[in-house]
Amino acid sequence: MSQKAIELILMRQLASSLAMPIFLLDPSGNLLFYNEPAEQLLGSRYDETGEMSMRDWFGLFAPIAEDGSPVPVEALPLSIALHKHRAAHQTFWIKGLDGISKKIGATAFPLEGQGARLLGAVGIFWEES
Amino acid sequence: MKVTLWGTRGSLAAPGPETIRYGGNTSCVEVRGEGGELLVLDAGTGIQRLGATVRGGRGRIDLMLTHLHMDHIQGLGFFEPLYEPAREIHIWGPPSPTLDLRTRLARYLSPPLFPVGLRDLPCHLTLHNVPPERFEIGGFEVEAELVCHPGSTVGYRIAEGNRSLAYLPDHEPALGVRAFPAEREWTSGFDLAAEADLLIHDAQYTTEEYRQRIGWGHSSMRDAFAFATLSGARRFVPFHHDPTHDDAMLDRLDAAVRAAGDLTFVLIPGTEGSTLEV
Repeated sequence: MSQKAIELILMRQLASSLAMPIFLLDPSGNLLFYNEPAEQLLGSRYDETGEMSMRDWFGLFAPIAEDGSPVPVEALPLSIALHKHRAAHQTFWIKGLDGISKKIGATAFPLEGQGARLLGAVGIFWEES
Repeated sequence: MKVTLWGTRGSLAAPGPETIRYGGNTSCVEVRGEGGELLVLDAGTGIQRLGATVRGGRGRIDLMLTHLHMDHIQGLGFFEPLYEPAREIHIWGPPSPTLDLRTRLARYLSPPLFPVGLRDLPCHLTLHNVPPERFEIGGFEVEAELVCHPGSTVGYRIAEGNRSLAYLPDHEPALGVRAFPAEREWTSGFDLAAEADLLIHDAQYTTEEYRQRIGWGHSSMRDAFAFATLSGARRFVPFHHDPTHDDAMLDRLDAAVRAAGDLTFVLIPGTEGSTLEV
């Protein structure tokens, strides 16, 4: 496995230090890292799961729209950040580790390196009241 | 290739009787290829003495800057080949998303900081941002990657045939890893240094000093040692010595590494003026 780009390394370091849940994706949508607050959302520990494919992490996340319909993966802010190269925001519901549904706000933005290299995307989440 | 250390000091030149063996000049390394090609790594104050050795020559010179902190460019205006009209000189530096290399270098090479501007240099000068992909200079294959250090900073891996040199003079690999040394794929600079025949790496601080300077972009000797071990480098030269560390102090740091146990590499003191065959 080759070394990650320095921008991803430093982003992970920042995420490790913050108290809000953060996901870090590679350009293919694989979940490279999620921090401890995000572990509470997913109900999984990063040290146990390691990196996850988009299908796997989306399956754990299983977001539900305000009207009760499932949110398709392409409509998630993280997907929009990756594929449309812009920031995106959305509110949806997920079932937390404790089995209780929570209203979650999510903002995602692409990570663009020098020379217009797409390095991945970052998603920041918080529980809305 | 032949590698000569013309400046091994970090942050600030530190000449004096107490630094006579490890040297007081800031970062500059000469790399000579089998065919005589000349790469110069960084333009610290050590470059002035290197320039005197190539005075009057006509060959191309490629100057590879890791970043534009003062201790890595201060000698630039004193590099004699820049004033030779027949010289072809290429300066390579880290990219910036906003300003080209010429504009950034001109901040120093212009009044009031320096009397001669870049545009006044008589040599044939070309400036390049290092490309993200591997590139060739003469018989060298060069790779530049952004590394963990404040501002846009690259490290270099230079290969000639099957021999390789990794040069990371300003680097803090411990910053991005949760339990350094571990997780090679999450370690800044790992690919550049992996199994290099010679690794020249930042070892500026003692362990105690590093605790007070986390995030400044430099390594303790202990972390540099750990990085060299993790990367599988065959020979390791501690570099970018702190300006407050005299020869006796650097001898003690060297001895502490050797006493730490079986080394997986050959430890070579980073002394100014030494030449190494790679």
